[in-house]
Amino acid sequence: MNLILKNIVRFILILFVQIFMLNKIPPLHQFVVPYFYFVFILWLPFKIGRTALLFVGFSVGMLTDMFFKTPGLHTAACLLMAYVRPFLINLLLPKEATDWGNEEPSKKTMGLAPYTTYLIMLTLLHHFYLILLEWMQFGSFLYFIGKLLATTLVSLLLISITDLFLERKSKLR
Amino acid sequence: MKNVFLFLRRYSIFILFLVMQGLALSMLFSYNRFHQTAYGMFSNEVAGRLNKQVNRVEEFLMLTEQNQQLHKQNAVLLSYLPSGKILADTSFQMVADTLLVDSLKSYRQFQYFDAKIISNSVFLQQNIIVLHRGSAQGILPNMAVIGTDGLIGTVISVSKNMSLVMSLLHRQSKVIAVLKKGSGLGEISWDGKDPRFLLLSKIPKTIEVSKGDTVVTSPYSDKFPPGLPIGYVEKVDQDQETNTYKLKIRTAVDFYAVQHAYIVKNLLQEEMDQLKNTLIKE
Repeated sequence: MNLILKNIVRFILILFVQIFMLNKIPPLHQFVVPYFYFVFILWLPFKIGRTALLFVGFSVGMLTDMFFKTPGLHTAACLLMAYVRPFLINLLLPKEATDWGNEEPSKKTMGLAPYTTYLIMLTLLHHFYLILLEWMQFGSFLYFIGKLLATTLVSLLLISITDLFLERKSKLR
Repeated sequence: MKNVFLFLRRYSIFILFLVMQGLALSMLFSYNRFHQTAYGMFSNEVAGRLNKQVNRVEEFLMLTEQNQQLHKQNAVLLSYLPSGKILADTSFQMVADTLLVDSLKSYRQFQYFDAKIISNSVFLQQNIIVLHRGSAQGILPNMAVIGTDGLIGTVISVSKNMSLVMSLLHRQSKVIAVLKKGSGLGEISWDGKDPRFLLLSKIPKTIEVSKGDTVVTSPYSDKFPPGLPIGYVEKVDQDQETNTYKLKIRTAVDFYAVQHAYIVKNLLQEEMDQLKNTLIKE
């Protein structure tokens, strides 16, 4: 399948899961909110350019914000993540990122330890910024710290479950 | 000059990032203040249409509960029928009629529009409900939205066919409320913890409050019909610092299952606003 088409389909699926499944789950606790949609940016191929990545991040955030009814909140967090991603990949991987071609970050292509670091760092960054913006409008410091830790754990759990069940094969080599 | 171009080229991505970030943040902060942007109008229509499709499935699954609610409301309305009432016997009393207007005739103050809820959430910190009624159907911002059982929220933004409602489960929602059994003006807000419970503050300790008391909208509000249930007192807490209670209120409306709503229009609103404006001018 065409790489762009594949990613568009994947984005629609991920957004559908986020809006119509995860958002419908009755809340367990104030701090536990399942965010999953940002995984799309984590799973984009290595070779995507930095400018393109910023634009993708912006549009992903905007589309998500439409459904969350919070214009700008998720856009800002997604943008920060899209901006930092290339630096982190260059830091974690020995080779130039462009050499990897169409492959995506996963356990196989990066190795378990770098991939886990990559997931944790970017998830934490995304949630940190998201909840910081939310905290500036209301809430206490306890709310900030508690929600940051709880949502990060839930998101990492969701991502690892998805990684276990769906093996993302990159056929294009 | 050359250096400037070199600088721009070198940091072009960072500058792009900053510009986009600024755009996102300005959207976020201006929206929260004014609750209305062109973006809001557009996204309402697009996201609303998709939500409507998914909502059809959800609605089918909740038919039984909706039926029961409507049945109950029917029963209440039936009791208001004129056939169910008799006039008091006044033939023994002589009353001098000194009124110049017909006091038996009542004038309508609130008009109700029915609306369907096409998107609802309870798990966020700022929960917004989307209704399938908009400016084309005569909906304006700042109108009250009620459910079968009680108050739901306030309309904050309207597009052609959809409107956004700030539900009571919104961190910035503030509603003036009173206890049904007596006086005591308080403020309803939400602490973001549990979507089944609201907070009622500013009720003075001189008033006796017990578990199960009904909390209703205040008679002094210009958008909510007076006496509309908001919730029932679940727990009474004494606020140590002030002379007021901190009451935990169970919501009258079940926000998990709400499917239909009524939008309330105050027909005297325009007149009231005009009167208030004259006060400001002077």
